[in-house]
Amino acid sequence: MRLRTLFVALTAALLSAGAFTSPARAQIEVDVNRGDIQPLPVAVPSFRGDRGAEIAQVITSNLERSGLFRPIDEAAFIERDLDIRFQPRFADWKTINAQGLVNGEVTVDGTGRLTVNFRLWDVFAEQQLLGMQFTSTSENWRRVAHKISDAVYERLTGEKGYFDTRVVFVAESGGRINRIKRLAIMDQDGANPSYLTDGSYIVMTPRFSSTSQEITYMALRPEGSSIYLFNLETGRRESLGSFNGMVFAPRFSHDGSKVAFSVERGGNTDVHVMDLRSRASSRLTSDPSIDTSPSFSPDGGQITFNSDRGGSPQIYVMNADGSGARRISFGTGRYMTPVWSPSGEFIAFTKQAGGQFHIGVMRPDGSGERLLTTSYLDEGPTWAPNGRVLMFTRETPGGAARLWSVDVTGRIVRPAPYPQSGSDPAWSPLLN
Amino acid sequence: MTTASLAKRTVQFAVIALAAASVSACASRPKPTPTPTPGPGPAPYTEPAPAPAVNQGPLPGTRQDFTINVGDRVYFDFDSYSVRADAAPVLAAQAAWLNRYPSVMVRLEGNADERGTREYNLALGARRANAVRDFLVSRGVSSSRITTVSYGKERPIDPGTSEDAYQRNRNAHTAITSGAN
Repeated sequence: MRLRTLFVALTAALLSAGAFTSPARAQIEVDVNRGDIQPLPVAVPSFRGDRGAEIAQVITSNLERSGLFRPIDEAAFIERDLDIRFQPRFADWKTINAQGLVNGEVTVDGTGRLTVNFRLWDVFAEQQLLGMQFTSTSENWRRVAHKISDAVYERLTGEKGYFDTRVVFVAESGGRINRIKRLAIMDQDGANPSYLTDGSYIVMTPRFSSTSQEITYMALRPEGSSIYLFNLETGRRESLGSFNGMVFAPRFSHDGSKVAFSVERGGNTDVHVMDLRSRASSRLTSDPSIDTSPSFSPDGGQITFNSDRGGSPQIYVMNADGSGARRISFGTGRYMTPVWSPSGEFIAFTKQAGGQFHIGVMRPDGSGERLLTTSYLDEGPTWAPNGRVLMFTRETPGGAARLWSVDVTGRIVRPAPYPQSGSDPAWSPLLN
Repeated sequence: MTTASLAKRTVQFAVIALAAASVSACASRPKPTPTPTPGPGPAPYTEPAPAPAVNQGPLPGTRQDFTINVGDRVYFDFDSYSVRADAAPVLAAQAAWLNRYPSVMVRLEGNADERGTREYNLALGARRANAVRDFLVSRGVSSSRITTVSYGKERPIDPGTSEDAYQRNRNAHTAITSGAN
């Protein structure tokens, strides 16, 4: 897994294209905060040149999967073989009610260098909204397509995209009694899946650093458990050490300098934190209850965690030094796996109530609780780096675990694009 | 297939059937597990077995003896790690057996049902393993012979999704790691 070879040179040159580059206000926009919007009809005809059809298809799938866009079937297109040097025939696209249009062109030079130019058009305003160029090696065409998707998403929603990202997760196989669990990684659209461990021991709860291509995860063997750091660029893997007890639930601070985790000794589980530079660790909780699933606030000043000190598992927030713990979940049911959102605005969680499980969000003071999903078993949310989408594990009764996603309004709930059994997803930051 | 291997298979089948019977007896709830019946006498190891062996149950001091005649698993209530009334006699018998065979080392494996999150259930399974550990130590088993681990909800013994299945999966398993055949 050498990410360096995947590096995409983003030139992001604004294409100068005569009269229609004026930065006029967009007539079309997508409000990601409204739960009741109709998806925006968009058209992404095949780009000209090598891989042009595949690139357009990757962009189309990304936009469609977000739930915010409704790509129009290319069979309906009237204008064909668009030339990036000319304005599209807006009337043709208005006829099929395409509000956004993305067209582009791919060229590959003699050294294998891939250049993709594309434009995003507001069809009804007859305006160009974006014109950009990406260059990379030709085997990186999927990442170029993801970067174009991110640019289109950002221009139309006002929010950063999340398409040029990866998801680390646990690939599951075998029966329910003796499941084989392997660490795995894929692009967020399910492409390029690969295994990172061989399945000879159980792995759980991988988590991405939000600053680097590094993950932390737990391995469980009959002799005990370990937590590891794994650098995806170098392949270097190292244990965080021996803790004289079960160690689990690792998660990076947002700046990547620390890992918080749980250590169990004599049946009592507490939250600990390790400074990754000095490797010094300290215990943050000392209550004789279960204290687990720690997650830092983005500014690093606070930690939300799961504790049953009040008699049932609930969500608490404490200062990063362990002081000032206070309960924030007060609804009916059991609240677990709190995960702070990238912006700090929300804490996502797993809730168990009335025989069902939910993924939900609340503000860090415990107000504004909203349940986004309901099923037999949903658990373990992870935030896309833009904070608009959550991925989680869903199991049907007696069935295999699958990866699912839901947007933060709860409107768009769907299986993630991984067709096999998987659990414990963790979203990467946007790639560079 | 040779006669010898056929005979071996037959014995294995018998053992599996017994083990299954003891699991379902424990499973369907508080029914106190019967106290262990004494084995058929000490160490027939060296005596050559006369002609066709009749299945007389496992040899004393073996893993099978422990699993079948003592019981290697006790069950817990939902989100609880209190040793239940039906578990105490099983654990007392485990302690007695371990005291009788002092070279045996055990690993206590705590398990949880799937109705909880992965991380919380790891902590809960650890509580159960430690509750059993405390019980065995209180009955004279040296703590140096015991290790604990929690599998959380990763190692269910019943794949079902009924309350009975959940009940079976909330357990602590006493696994012999060395010192017995």
